[in-house]
Amino acid sequence: MRRSDFPELTRRIGDQPLTYLDSAATSLMPTPVLKVLQAFYATNYANVHRSVSTLGYEATNRYEEARQQVARWLHAGSDEIIFTAGCTDSLNLVAATWGRQHLHAGDEVVVSIMEHHSSLLPWQQLALQVGAKLRFIQLTPAGTLDLEQARTLFNAHTKVLVLTQVSNVLGCENPVGQLAKWAHAVGAIAVIDGAQAVPHLAVNVAALDCDFYAFSGHKLLAPTGIGVLYGKRVLLQQLPPYRYGGEMIADVSCETASWADGVQKFEAGTPNIIGAIGLAAALTYLTKIGWQRIWQHDQVLLQDLATRLAAIPGVTLYGSGPRYGVISFNLAGVHPHDLATVLDQLGVEVRAGHHCAEPLVHALGTESTVRASVFLYNDQTDCDRLISGIKTAKEFFHVT
Amino acid sequence: MLHDLRELYQAVILDHAAHPRNQGKLATATSDQLVHNPSCGDTIHLYLQVIQGRIAAIEFTGSGCTISQASASLLTTVIKGKTMQEALTLADHFSALAMGQAAPKAGLGDAVILTQVMQFPTRIKCATISWWALKQAILTEQEEEA
Ligand SMILES: Cc1ncc(COP(=O)(O)O)c(C=O)c1O
Repeated sequence: MRRSDFPELTRRIGDQPLTYLDSAATSLMPTPVLKVLQAFYATNYANVHRSVSTLGYEATNRYEEARQQVARWLHAGSDEIIFTAGCTDSLNLVAATWGRQHLHAGDEVVVSIMEHHSSLLPWQQLALQVGAKLRFIQLTPAGTLDLEQARTLFNAHTKVLVLTQVSNVLGCENPVGQLAKWAHAVGAIAVIDGAQAVPHLAVNVAALDCDFYAFSGHKLLAPTGIGVLYGKRVLLQQLPPYRYGGEMIADVSCETASWADGVQKFEAGTPNIIGAIGLAAALTYLTKIGWQRIWQHDQVLLQDLATRLAAIPGVTLYGSGPRYGVISFNLAGVHPHDLATVLDQLGVEVRAGHHCAEPLVHALGTESTVRASVFLYNDQTDCDRLISGIKTAKEFFHVT
Repeated sequence: MLHDLRELYQAVILDHAAHPRNQGKLATATSDQLVHNPSCGDTIHLYLQVIQGRIAAIEFTGSGCTISQASASLLTTVIKGKTMQEALTLADHFSALAMGQAAPKAGLGDAVILTQVMQFPTRIKCATISWWALKQAILTEQEEEA
């Protein structure tokens, strides 16, 4: 779909055409987004919120329009959208503010074994510091979250549920709404990592009824360095600042200070203005195509890959369908890094390793996997080249 | 297009990865060093027995890719019987060659094949990690002796 919008797809890897199957790490940028960035740098580049000048006014408008666009798209209020440096930053913000305020000795954090390190570690480390306990939702043999076991984890000590909506290794969608209900029933909040969900699902934070929702721009066609944290209005109002600096204050004297109302309290310093504008442009681009169409397109490719990978002797697939964006596997007798190196020589870019989800990869009984991820610009040829590359690797390493 | 790969993954290398030499936890070790590559999960645990300044015995355990395991296996075959000083020099030569710098190849035996890894910048660490472990183990040994 729209391959010609993505200039990077025309480059080569060595003497090979590029097959980009690593969008779950970072997606490519389409020309319409690149053009918006270029135009802003060329004609509107200025700081926000701190000037009476025309340029500052225009930049501020663009930045705040981007916030409104993100808010509409997530079904949130624009006073509930904080711009951050990325999903990692968003997740750290929650632990550093809400977590510091509410997590005490003896409290419990329910967290899934599927979490990316950026979702697990802020809470793991905070729990260590305050003497709270992490309780893990484990996997079923099929590689989905064990909901029966999950249910037993919620009790009067539970303060937070930390959950990824779509696993960056397995590609499965977790029942966020259901688990958030269980969290709320015991008075806990739900912090959702949407990094891998937003590129593939139409997300509605109001319907999910989550308390915080985090994602990065660079996984949905926007630049790196911009992320979003949605937080429920009532929660944000009660939170302390995350960082101190310019633009997040109401009043400052030598001895004391008071904080700005609303989301500005969390955006100290000059924000990633161009990132926010790029994110808005990416959302415009994706919305025009439609999430439903993108999802259907990705489904066709992933189902095709799942069938053809499973048919290769020696291939183990992790998790089960339906998958969103990613599929992980291993090839018996060939280490994931060796396989990825052969594929790279063939121009096929995949990811190999633990995907920043070591607890999950260990729970799957392995040290690392190969991950192929697809997005709207991938096509059948990309799938063909991956499958034929795996066969080449088998021959190369003499595995049968 | 797999030409460069064939230069790196030669039969000797595949053989060392599939049938590692000197694998084990050397019971008589006088020093050991565990290294882990956090970006890929490769692990090498190297055990040395140093007698009068000479590496009398050397074994390793580990898990990871072909390059990291073959490199550790080859290292043990090359290093066994060398003095600590000789081993340090070889470790430096190997690492320099693997990063594409000039250094003597003498004494490295088949391990020199792995210096082809310089063609694959993302894999250099796989080849050098066990040599780095060796260097650390020897430096620790020397500190303890001093
Ligand atoms: C599920 C998940 N959570 C969090 C992150 C962290 O995103 P970032 O590195 O953009 O902060 C990622 C991306 O790698 C991810 O896949």
